[in-house]
Parts: sequence; structure tokens; C-alpha cells
Amino acid sequence: MAIEQGTLQPTGELTATKGRRIYRQITGRKYLVMVCLAATLCGTLILDISLGPARLGLWEVASTILMPGSAEVTTRVIVWDIRMPIALMAVVVGAALSIAGAEMQTILSNPLASPFTLGISAAAGFGAALALVMGLSIIPFAGIFLVSANAFVFAMIASMTIFVLSGLRGVTIETMVLLGIALVFLFSSLLALLQYIASEQALQQVVFWTLGSLVKATWPKIGIAVVVLMVTIPLFVKHVWALTALRLGDDKAHSLGINVRKLRLQVLISVSVLAAAAVAFVGTIGFVGLVGPHVARMLVGEDQRFFLPMSAMTGAILLSAASIVSKMITPGAIFPIGIITSLVGVPFFLSLILAKRRQLW
Amino acid sequence: MKLSIERLILPATPRPARWHGPTFSVENVRFSYGSTPVLKGITIEGIAPGKITATIGPNAAGKTTFFKCIAGLLKPEGMIRLDGTDIRDYSREEITQRVSYLPQESPVNAVLTVFEAVLLARKHTLSWRVSDEDLRSVTQVLEDLDIEDLSIRFLNELSGGQKQMVSIAQSLVRDPDVLLMDEPTSSLDLQRQLEVLDLIAHVTSERGIVTLISLHDLNLAARYAAQFVVMDHGAVYASGDADAVLTPQMLRDVYGVNATVVTNPDSILQITPIGSIRSKKSRVAAVP
Repeated sequence: MAIEQGTLQPTGELTATKGRRIYRQITGRKYLVMVCLAATLCGTLILDISLGPARLGLWEVASTILMPGSAEVTTRVIVWDIRMPIALMAVVVGAALSIAGAEMQTILSNPLASPFTLGISAAAGFGAALALVMGLSIIPFAGIFLVSANAFVFAMIASMTIFVLSGLRGVTIETMVLLGIALVFLFSSLLALLQYIASEQALQQVVFWTLGSLVKATWPKIGIAVVVLMVTIPLFVKHVWALTALRLGDDKAHSLGINVRKLRLQVLISVSVLAAAAVAFVGTIGFVGLVGPHVARMLVGEDQRFFLPMSAMTGAILLSAASIVSKMITPGAIFPIGIITSLVGVPFFLSLILAKRRQLW
Repeated sequence: MKLSIERLILPATPRPARWHGPTFSVENVRFSYGSTPVLKGITIEGIAPGKITATIGPNAAGKTTFFKCIAGLLKPEGMIRLDGTDIRDYSREEITQRVSYLPQESPVNAVLTVFEAVLLARKHTLSWRVSDEDLRSVTQVLEDLDIEDLSIRFLNELSGGQKQMVSIAQSLVRDPDVLLMDEPTSSLDLQRQLEVLDLIAHVTSERGIVTLISLHDLNLAARYAAQFVVMDHGAVYASGDADAVLTPQMLRDVYGVNATVVTNPDSILQITPIGSIRSKKSRVAAVP
């Protein structure tokens, strides 16, 4: 400020103290909420690993995780090769979908935006079905990743379509959401067409894939998903303030020196990769990408320094909790998680909306 | 305007500027949206720093477009010179630091507290960790505008007028050399209008900055602005001080309104509109 230092010093110091106090009041609560949610996530993760048809005690599971060498072979296989991939995949995919949804909602300034509503999930479903029904591979020699690779490619095709069309004159952020919804219908009907001509066995696989499932989780798949997260998150972190400012409206963001168009496109690309990777491995899990960010927003607001990690945590918790429920419904079997997330998530989300103390969006 | 001057939070009388202030001029600025020309050659020579310059004119005269050109949001033809250098020759960071543009009211529903929203306006100085200087500036502005009590309220809980106060705070907290405000008082009550304009006048003279405000309320403009730019159909109809610009002739030509203009006891012009001119259509048609 160009106000003279001499006259301002005493009151200036006072103002700074007051500012710090208000700022601490605002951020302190957010840190507290984040710590609570982190603890909750740890809880759901451990519970998820300890649940399963083989009745292992909590202590047995814990010791197998901490000291795999000293555990029995069967226990080690159950915990390390079966349960942990599924449980960790739930966390990683939940976080990825939720972050993707959060940033889509931010850049499109629309509470309905999510990987599901923008057609990315539907496109992935079609890509997977193409592999399952026709055996068609988009990427040659995809091997065991055939279905996932196809799903990923089509998810990227969907988001690139939105990306390319968004560059056309007259396409606003509102029309981008409409385009996404049009893509949902397009790929849904293409998927239905494939299902119509599919053999009974292939049809079963397609249906299973589109329901969303974690059971095919493996360590390499988790590795890939984590790498995608690690690659995309730095971009969001670099632009935390710019992304927060985007919610003040384009004109204001622009006048704060943000290249709104460039930022929007950069984020759209990263978010697409993130969502595509998540969906490619676990199938269509629609609800998390939409609701995770909303829950995070209710808890900590839209300062992206908090909103971003919070969205990751809410998404991870939602999917981890859904994974727990999916094991409890029918003993010995794992219910498709896509069904659970919506069945459990919708009442939870409705209760949040109805109990809200302030506007959601 | 019956409010006594004692009610005002800060003295409106200009103080001598401590520095010479930025020089600012506009030469033949033209801009079109597609094939529709909106600015048809705007030239304003030297806007004096330290005083409020009011940009007035009817709806769709091009005021907002003109502001967006200055703020670098639109790329016009012609020259907009800040300290002798064309605006386009500055980097984005420099423009952001030097020019602060307050857009006309835009619906903001972000889940941010008022304090966070104003802090965000200092984006050019913010890093992950927020500095004491940033916190001090934000608190100072909230105090100056008397909206401290809103600090931890959420934007989407505020009234229209309160939101506008937050926008004004966002503009001022950036400490710019050129302050552009598009209808900053449109949602404010009478007392707030006077207080806000007083503060802007004070900041303008204290910091010696160039301040351009677009206003629909001509009496408010007459009270606070030392210079006027009258825009009509994308061109400058007239510019200068109140006596030269705020004339019944101008009101007829530009606004299509018959009005009387008298000087108040405190030597401020007072405009009283009487009625619309019916023949406005023919005048519009005559403009090329």
C-alpha cells in the first residue's frame, strides 16, 4: 500500500494482528475437519481390508500388513494380494474421481459437472464393451490391459471432443456441459447397440463392467492410477489460487491476470486423463465424482488449498465405505460397487442437502 | 442529497498527490464484437491522476467494452498508453499489478468467505502460505469499507449490496495505479453510495492514481468526479470538467432527455430530468 509507513505503523500492526486472527479462525476449522476426515479414511481403509469371506481377526490383518514376512502364507496372500489391492483401489479411484469432479465443477462453473455427466464414463463403458464384445483393441498388444486400454482411449475421445468443440466460437461453459450430456446419450446408445448384438457370455461381462467393480484390482493397476494422480495433481496445486479465482466469474478472474481460457483447457485435459484412468480400471462408478466435491465444498468451502485435498478424501472415503458395504450385503460375495455407491450415497447426499445450513452452490 | 458532509467517513477534499502519478491516455481505440463495431475511435488525452474521472453515457454506449479494453480483457485497435507505453507492451503480470478492473455486478456464488474472496484479489502476491502483508491489506480494506463484520460470512449468504461492497474491496485491495470501476454503486443504498465514493475519492487523491468510474447517476457523478468522459454510440461525445460537459444540450443529444442543470449552493451541478424526447429514434438513425 502506498500509505505512509510512519503514520500507519502502530495501527498497521494492529490491523495485521486482527487479520491473522480472522484468517486463523477461517483456516483453523478447515484443518480440524481435514484431520478428522483423514482419520476416518484410515478407519474405513483398515475396516475394508479386515472384511472378507475368510474370517481374519483385526489383529491378524494388522500384523500381516505390518510384518508380511512372519504371517502365514494363506493369510499373506489374502491380505496382500486380494484385499489390499481392492481396498487401495477404492481409495485411489475414489480420490481420482472426486478430484476430477471437483475441478470439472470449478472450470465449468457448474454443480452438475462430473466425469459421469460429461460423458467420460459412458464413453469408457462403450470402449470396454468394444473389447469385450468384438474383441476390438484400439491400442495394439494391450494384452491384459485390453479392456482398460479401450475404456481409457474412448474416455479420452469423449473429453477431447468436448475440448475441441469448446474452442469453437460461441461455445460457452454452459454449452460445454450440454455437449457432455449429449455425449452421454450418444455413447449409451452405442453401448446398448453392442449389448444388443453381443453373445450371452459377452453381455454378462459388459453388464458386470458397467456396474463398476473393484475385484479386478491388481497392484500394477493401482500403480498406474497412482502415477496418473501424481502427474496431474501438481498442475492443480500450481494453480490453486487461479482455480479458486475462477469461481468469482470469468471477468474477475481475467482481471486478476489469469489466462482463463488456457487454464480451463489445461485443467480439462488433466482432469480427463484422471477420470479416464480411474474409470478404465473399475468401470462406471458414477456417483463419487459428483458428490465427493459437493461434500468437500460443504465442509471446507472452495479455497482450493483445502478444497482439493478435501475432495480427494471425501471421494476416497465414499468409495472405501461403499467397498465395505459391498462385502457385507451378501456374505462371501462382493456386490458390484457401482450399485452400492449410489444406493448408499444418495440417501446420505440427500440428508446433507436437506440438513444444509447454507447454500450448496 | 440532503446527507450532511459530517456523516462521511473520510474527507472528500482532494489532497496534494505525493507522487506525480501515472500518465494515461487513449488514442483512436476501436473495437468490434464480430462485425458489430462497439468502439468507433475513442480518444482521450491525458486523464489526470488523483481525481475521479466519470465515464457516463446511455446503455450500450460502449463504456463496459472500453473498460475491458483498458484492463486488457479485450484487444482493441489503437493505443492505450500507460506511462507512455502501450498497454499491450506490458506483460500480463504488470497489467494485473497496475490496472484493477471491477466488472459490473456478476453473480458470484462461490463458497468462500468474504475475507477469502478479498484475499483472493491479491492473487498476484499470494503464495501457498499467506503473508502478513496480505492479511493486513485485506483487513485494512474491510475496515475502510466498514464491512469487517462480514469477514467470515459466505459470499452466497450476502445481499446484493453486500456483494457489491466485497467487489469494491477486491478492487481496492490490489493497490492499483489505474482503477476502473463499472457501476460500482448500482446496488448500494444512498448512505453506502456516498461512503464508497468518498473512500474512492480519498484513495484516488491519496495514492495519486487514475480512477475511471462509470456511473448512471449523473448527480452522484457531478458530486464526485472532477473530469467527465461522455460516451455515446461507441464514440466520445464530449470530455472535460462538469461545467463544460453536464449541459442540457448534452443530456438532450446523448440521453434523449430534457433536463435542467442548476448549480447548488455548494457549487455542485444538480441535474433534474424533466422528460424524454420523443424524436430520439430519428436521432439514432442519423448516426452513421
